[in-house]
Amino acid sequence: MKTKLIKGLTLATLISASPLYAADYVIDTKGAHASIEFRVSHLGISWLTGRFNTFNGDFSYDAKNPAASSINVEVDVTSFDSNHAERNKHIRGDKYLNVEAHPTASFKSTSFTPNADGGGVMKGMLTLYGTTKEVAIDVNKVGEGEDPWGGYRVGFSGTLELTPKEFGMNYELGPAAETVYMDLNIEGIRK
Amino acid sequence: MVFNHKLTNDETSYGWGPVFMHWLMAFAIIGLYPLGWYIETLDYYDPAYKTVPVWHKSIGILVAMTLLLRIVWRIFNKPPAALPQPAPLLFIAKMAHGLLYLLVLLTVISGYLISTADGRAIELFNLISLPALPFEIDNQEDIAGEIHFIVATSLISIAALHAAAALKHHFIDKDTTLKRMLALREETE
Repeated sequence: MKTKLIKGLTLATLISASPLYAADYVIDTKGAHASIEFRVSHLGISWLTGRFNTFNGDFSYDAKNPAASSINVEVDVTSFDSNHAERNKHIRGDKYLNVEAHPTASFKSTSFTPNADGGGVMKGMLTLYGTTKEVAIDVNKVGEGEDPWGGYRVGFSGTLELTPKEFGMNYELGPAAETVYMDLNIEGIRK
Repeated sequence: MVFNHKLTNDETSYGWGPVFMHWLMAFAIIGLYPLGWYIETLDYYDPAYKTVPVWHKSIGILVAMTLLLRIVWRIFNKPPAALPQPAPLLFIAKMAHGLLYLLVLLTVISGYLISTADGRAIELFNLISLPALPFEIDNQEDIAGEIHFIVATSLISIAALHAAAALKHHFIDKDTTLKRMLALREETE
């Protein structure tokens, strides 16, 4: 009887801790183990980087059936931060991001095409500057496993190439700055 | 009419010191307001993108310094008594003068808070750096920016009223209000 109970508990623990079953994850923005950074060429001479400090989201992922993965993310565009107050004000203003009119951006996945090493291409609808367009994010799986505090985590990194002009942002930052690279680091805690 | 050679104010006239500071600030403020609008229109690739904002900030800092000097001067060397006019007008004039001082102060403070919002210093013609405050407010650059626009627009509006009133004194009342502020006094004295 006692061994049966222990066996049962062990099995339950195994199930709850195993990646065998599709699971829902919340992006760890609370502990800031996730980031949405951008990288844009400055005059073709160097990279200017910055990030959106505030966002939230969740995703579904199953290592056995990665094609079923999906993600939803909402970004507070007003949290744009390039580590320079005057530039932040300029970019948040009506010439560029116009955060007063478009305070949030969002990404909702539509499909995931896995590759052999756990990554793949995540397609989805990106709403930015009030315009929704389909985009594709190159995703790499970074790692997966139990954390030291009784939780279970999985993490990905990805890069999204964005053309702000396609979303209606027409401020002239020069030919080298037409593409903005969004560098995404997403760690999820299993719900 | 002759130019008043006295530096300081007395009971009936302005010395050329306060007169000089008044006009220095008047021209600076009249110039800074459209300059601020112009800066907003500058494109990233505009050659003026790097220079005109420096002028705007530097002239603004000089206005702030002149304002402080004027306030200190006022404490130690009172302006001449107001010329006689109906009590309500005298009251409005005093209010307007007080508001002008206050709005100049608020405009330069809010401007300083935009440029120093991330702890970076503000430059006076790339010669002297004035440090930022030791603390920051969330979205300081955006909040200070809104305030800067509102108080600067109020300032230029009250200044226009102030100028119109001076012209009214000169051309309608035909008194010496404007002449006093040009440091001109009667030849008989």
